[in-house]
Amino acid sequence: MAGYLIQRFLLMIPTFIGITLIGFFIMRMAPGDPAELRAAGGLGAAAGGGISVEKRGVVDEAMAQWRAQFGLDKPLHVQYAVWMKNLLSLSFGESFKDNQPVWDKIAERLPVTIKLNLWSIFVVYLVAIPLGIFSATHPNSFGDRVTTLAAFVLFAVPLVWAATMALVFLCGGDFYYLFPPGGLESLDHSASWPFWQKFKDHAWHLFLPVVLLSYDGFAGLSRYMRSSMLEVLAQDYVQVARAKGLQERVVVLKHVLRNSLIPQVTILASILPGLIGGSVIIETIFSIPGLGQLGFESVLARDYPTVLALFTASAVLTLIGILISDLLLAVVDPRIVFGRRQQ
Amino acid sequence: MSVMPSSRTAAAAATKADAGGSGGGLWTDVWKRFRRNPIALAGFYVVCLLAFIALFADFLANDKPYYLRYKNKTYFPIFRSYMVGTKLGQWPAELLNVEFKKLEGAKAVFPPIRYRATNINLLEPLEPPSSKHWFGTDKLGRDIVAGMVHGARISLSIGFVAVGIAVIIGIVLGAIAGYFGSWIDLVISRVFEIMLSIPTFFLLITVAALLPPSIFLTMAIIGMTSWVGMARFTRNEFLRIRNLDYVTAAIALGVTNRKVMFKHILPNALAPVIVSVVLGIAGAILVESSLSFLGIGVPAELVTWGSILQEASTTTFAWWLAVFPGFAIFITVLAYYLVGEGLREVLDPRLRGLR
Repeated sequence: MAGYLIQRFLLMIPTFIGITLIGFFIMRMAPGDPAELRAAGGLGAAAGGGISVEKRGVVDEAMAQWRAQFGLDKPLHVQYAVWMKNLLSLSFGESFKDNQPVWDKIAERLPVTIKLNLWSIFVVYLVAIPLGIFSATHPNSFGDRVTTLAAFVLFAVPLVWAATMALVFLCGGDFYYLFPPGGLESLDHSASWPFWQKFKDHAWHLFLPVVLLSYDGFAGLSRYMRSSMLEVLAQDYVQVARAKGLQERVVVLKHVLRNSLIPQVTILASILPGLIGGSVIIETIFSIPGLGQLGFESVLARDYPTVLALFTASAVLTLIGILISDLLLAVVDPRIVFGRRQQ
Repeated sequence: MSVMPSSRTAAAAATKADAGGSGGGLWTDVWKRFRRNPIALAGFYVVCLLAFIALFADFLANDKPYYLRYKNKTYFPIFRSYMVGTKLGQWPAELLNVEFKKLEGAKAVFPPIRYRATNINLLEPLEPPSSKHWFGTDKLGRDIVAGMVHGARISLSIGFVAVGIAVIIGIVLGAIAGYFGSWIDLVISRVFEIMLSIPTFFLLITVAALLPPSIFLTMAIIGMTSWVGMARFTRNEFLRIRNLDYVTAAIALGVTNRKVMFKHILPNALAPVIVSVVLGIAGAILVESSLSFLGIGVPAELVTWGSILQEASTTTFAWWLAVFPGFAIFITVLAYYLVGEGLREVLDPRLRGLR
């Protein structure tokens, strides 16, 4: 096992370098100079529109100074080396936009995104596993057909549509006002509220984002659950368990469910990046101050250090997620031999 | 398990295709079994209908008539607009910059929707659905039906071209990795791992926002970020087929690597790839609509399904802006999913005999 772990780690090194190379060079090759953008923003705030030649000279000087401050005047490979060195000491540099350390900006947003994603994963599993069990134990029944069809249809509902429909029909506007159109707390939110009221307010705000983030997840997962349970139900040992007189409930919940949960471990790793991608849209629509919104705002502002930090962090987390799910798979299923898994 | 017979029929079909060049065997068989699944067949008809709408968008929603009789002369303005567009012809002087709907004393046959997606009419902003504008108008007074018909063309062409790019990259890389194995496979598998761990949607947003808005760039970006699934399918199929006897025989006979890969192995490896191509088109359409929704990728002056939805999210009383274009994306994606699932059932040997 130790040998396998070392091998996996060594193979992760070139992957990691590849990820950083792609991220860094895409960011720097793109047209559009962050210094120009910053200068234009400052000018727009100060005077708006055209400026005289001598003022232009001052601006150019300021831009050159600013480039030197962030190392943007050095050749690309030197910039990469510096960035990489900082990265290895876990320093993501300072934001171009407001000179805040990127690390602080991320740390500020992280709890919101984690809360959103943990709730969605919880909802996904809470709905998908019972549905999958039901479908697999009643194959081709009316209920199974309905859930199969519903899962299929749900899977095809575009997130942007579902979110817009919710916004138009459920969040004020001309129709129902069941949920708030955005944010995490009510405007009159105060710290002195009793716990129960705070919780209610929070749940009220999180309900739509969580449902929207999880519906295609549980549609997909309930199908996986169904097929992996059907596979296990066809095994001989299930017959044996039934033949020795166990109740059907015990057979399903103790003997079948455990083994059919094994493949779901790997799916957890693939759900994580999907949730991060999906939260860009949801956080933008419902103006939730999480990492997705931070990422999108930083992209639009060409705030390279923040974008790169988010990009790299998310890729590395996914890489680790894949590794952990591979290891977990081997832990829960002794039949899997390390290093000999087929792709 | 019925794995062997089916892979043998696939192999037989492929050799027949090699020998006779007809290539009908497998596909007639696939079509026959595909047709038995009514839901998948319905999906297929919807896909065909959408393709028809996208191809003939100019003839379905246009402010120019098909046929015009004006001052004792006959014109075919829609066809003429193609001629003008390709610089083969010009507008006659009396029709230059006229509004065809307001020509006096003219006899004309108009398309069912008498607007183009780009017809701005500031006198009718945000009109709810009516007999004049079936699905209402947006805040610039543009007709939503016309926008959706022309948006179908944008969505489908982005879906097709993006997946085309992805298929080429995926098949070539997957074939090389699976066929040569050893260190080449190891290196290419690292590339797969990189693509798998990169937050694809975030990368897409970044690149699309940094580059100037353009349909072609959007196609290229979506294509270049969505090939990894197909590449892995192709690699696994190649790994399996490479060790079959007929491939060993072909290599022993001195057939070149390239010929073995693309003429002998690829036809047999195509089945799972085709399923992922069909599902990939749906995925690309979804991604395009998300990008347009965020206001990046496709140029802002073009009306797409996603851009109408974006307007809906800011003008929330205009429910017609949310309902119709979103439903169009949904139906399109659902239809491609249904076709993909139907094809998977027909093509995947492991599922045979389960039903």
